[in-house]
Amino acid sequence: MRVVAAMSGGVDSAVAAARMVEAGHEVVGVHLALSQSAATLRESARGCCTIEDAGDARRVADRIGIPFYVWDMAARFKQDVVDDFVAEYTAGRTPNPCLRCNERIKFAALLDKALALGFDAVATGHYAQIVDGPGGRELHRAVDPAKDQSYVLGVLDADQLARSFFPLGDTTKPQIRAEAAERGFSVAKKPDSHDICFIADGDTKGWLTRRLGEQPGDIVDTDGEVVGQHEGAFAYTVGQRRGLGLKVPRTDGAKRYVVDVEPRTNTVVVGTQDLLGVDLIHGDHARWCGAAPVGERRVGAQLRAHGEEIPAVATASGDSIEVRLDRRARGVAPGQSVVLYDGTRVVGSATISRAGRV
Amino acid sequence: MSFPVYLDHAATTPARPEVIDAIAQQLATVGNASSLHTAGRAARRVVEESREQVAAALGAGPSEVIFTSGGTESDNLAIKGTFWRRRGDDPRRDRLIVGSTEHHAVIDSVEFLVAEHGARVDWIEVDSEGRADPERVRALIERDPGSVALVSLMWANNEVGTVQPVAEIAAVAHEFGIPFHTDAVQAVGQLPVDFAASGADLLSASAHKFGGPQGVGLLLARRDAQVVPLTHGGGQEREFRSGTLDVPGIRGLAVAIQLATASLQDEQDRLVALRDKLIGGALDAGLDIQVTGAHEVGDVTRRLPGNAHLRVPGCDGDSLLYLLDAAGIECSTGSACQAGVPQPSHVLLAMGIAEDDARGALRLTLGHSSSDADVAAFLDALPAAVERARRARAASRGA
Repeated sequence: MRVVAAMSGGVDSAVAAARMVEAGHEVVGVHLALSQSAATLRESARGCCTIEDAGDARRVADRIGIPFYVWDMAARFKQDVVDDFVAEYTAGRTPNPCLRCNERIKFAALLDKALALGFDAVATGHYAQIVDGPGGRELHRAVDPAKDQSYVLGVLDADQLARSFFPLGDTTKPQIRAEAAERGFSVAKKPDSHDICFIADGDTKGWLTRRLGEQPGDIVDTDGEVVGQHEGAFAYTVGQRRGLGLKVPRTDGAKRYVVDVEPRTNTVVVGTQDLLGVDLIHGDHARWCGAAPVGERRVGAQLRAHGEEIPAVATASGDSIEVRLDRRARGVAPGQSVVLYDGTRVVGSATISRAGRV
Repeated sequence: MSFPVYLDHAATTPARPEVIDAIAQQLATVGNASSLHTAGRAARRVVEESREQVAAALGAGPSEVIFTSGGTESDNLAIKGTFWRRRGDDPRRDRLIVGSTEHHAVIDSVEFLVAEHGARVDWIEVDSEGRADPERVRALIERDPGSVALVSLMWANNEVGTVQPVAEIAAVAHEFGIPFHTDAVQAVGQLPVDFAASGADLLSASAHKFGGPQGVGLLLARRDAQVVPLTHGGGQEREFRSGTLDVPGIRGLAVAIQLATASLQDEQDRLVALRDKLIGGALDAGLDIQVTGAHEVGDVTRRLPGNAHLRVPGCDGDSLLYLLDAAGIECSTGSACQAGVPQPSHVLLAMGIAEDDARGALRLTLGHSSSDADVAAFLDALPAAVERARRARAASRGA
């Protein structure tokens, strides 16, 4: 097949590209330029898409002998991922931009462009496995639980899966690094990237505040008593404990967490840990890796990247789903995704609209 | 495709076999041209013979030839060196009058002087063909003639091939006693370039654009031209440019310029015919393609003989580039890249072309190794590439 290998400049996508070549595919390396003002050099493990990263990817492509191009998707990335990220926080939700990027950029804009240019598929360095099952291609967890990225791929539908390759899913990360070193890749020891690529210093609150401006408001407890001030409700996430700066301590000394964010009144509500436990989750924007399930379905529900899987019953209804967890989960923020598993197989996903108790 | 079709001679043109031989021969010889012993004198002799050959080929005197590392260095030296010198002599001279479609080696030098050295700049507007009007230059100078440090305008444009009226503009600058620099990187080897007749005070050229090696170039500087140097050291090259001379590179440059000059007329006729065939074929392909700049069959007074610049509506240049590359055709979008991403060209924008229109640009440039078969292969590959690139743009925009 003719395959575009998406190459970030990191070790994973480098090995993925090399494995695709060895599998006999006709491979072209593509680095996505996602930043509208790319820095020259990488400054930390965070961030990506610097000119240095593009150069690292180019050197790997040279080494494995494939053509290499940089595709400018900065405008699409800003519109579909960055602006969406800001809008979601503004609406009091906590988005996962990696999922959004996979859904709208890597397996949409990039895949569609590749197909239009005559390619058959896209390969990435994600840790996940594609298995040919009785009902078509299935998405499964990677063998390395510490690196498994099936959660952020839970937005892919059957058509996208049919056009995707994840060549690293059967290998652990240490083995990938060893393989990269054996292949003589200069990126073999390059640090993993972390957090949100477009917030290079990792300070999401500061980044949002610079974009949206300070919007001072009250932090209240569940009785409505003002216990502190904030500089913008948009910067708070349900389940958050740190950085609240509360002025009025609780008489019982119990720790307090953000239990609700109300963008309409610019209010952050705090409460004790017990208020955070939820076992009934409503999601919308449902996506299915295959046919949509009919009726009640036993699943495992994962509520955040690298979060634990909780046994549950899911019921799909059009674009929405309802998930009843067998036990309560804490810190479930609207805007995050719930990804549903059947064993190691990804069934589908939805964006959490609200969470409560049965 | 067994061998690629190379249509990017404006980026670099293959070194001629005689050039490669001359460089190899010189590389095998020891000698620093600044040394006083026998080996040094031998190297010096090669440099000075080369200098005389270059001077003869370009209508200059030998002492007017300054060897540099290439076009970018020559432009930097001309712009910064002249600005510093002329303003040092008279602090009122803080203004530069510069073409708006220059190469980044000129534009970025000017912007550096504006940002870091208190310079002011007036960009010379161009018409829809990319040509500057001498009367506009006169008007810019007349605002305050005593404040102008330098006028700079390229001989021919690297993207769209537009040839500028350099002699007329040099004459206007001289009426006011202002020096004139021209970036002739694309012109030397393709058009007759006579330094003395052009009236320019400073002229930049680069060896690898006319069949010489990469990494060596020249600045022609009239005997009365004075600059503050960028590099200080051994005082070589009239103290314009300190540093050990690249004797093999200079030898290669001189051989290349002699070959290019000797075949100039025949080569020009041959390239114009190829160019017109390429442009004509693209326009007639029913793909809604437009040619950028002046295009008249057989004309070399307004467009470089080897330049074809096409705009393909509804495409991104980088998609076209990939598809043609995959089909064995090597060409360019013509504009500068940032991290590998072609940016909308400042040249096209200055010519009044809309940003969206400027994105579907394709530059095809011909040179001494180009043939009818190259043009035919390009025209053959073009329709499928355009059709796919249009689908790709629609797909990646989510249309």
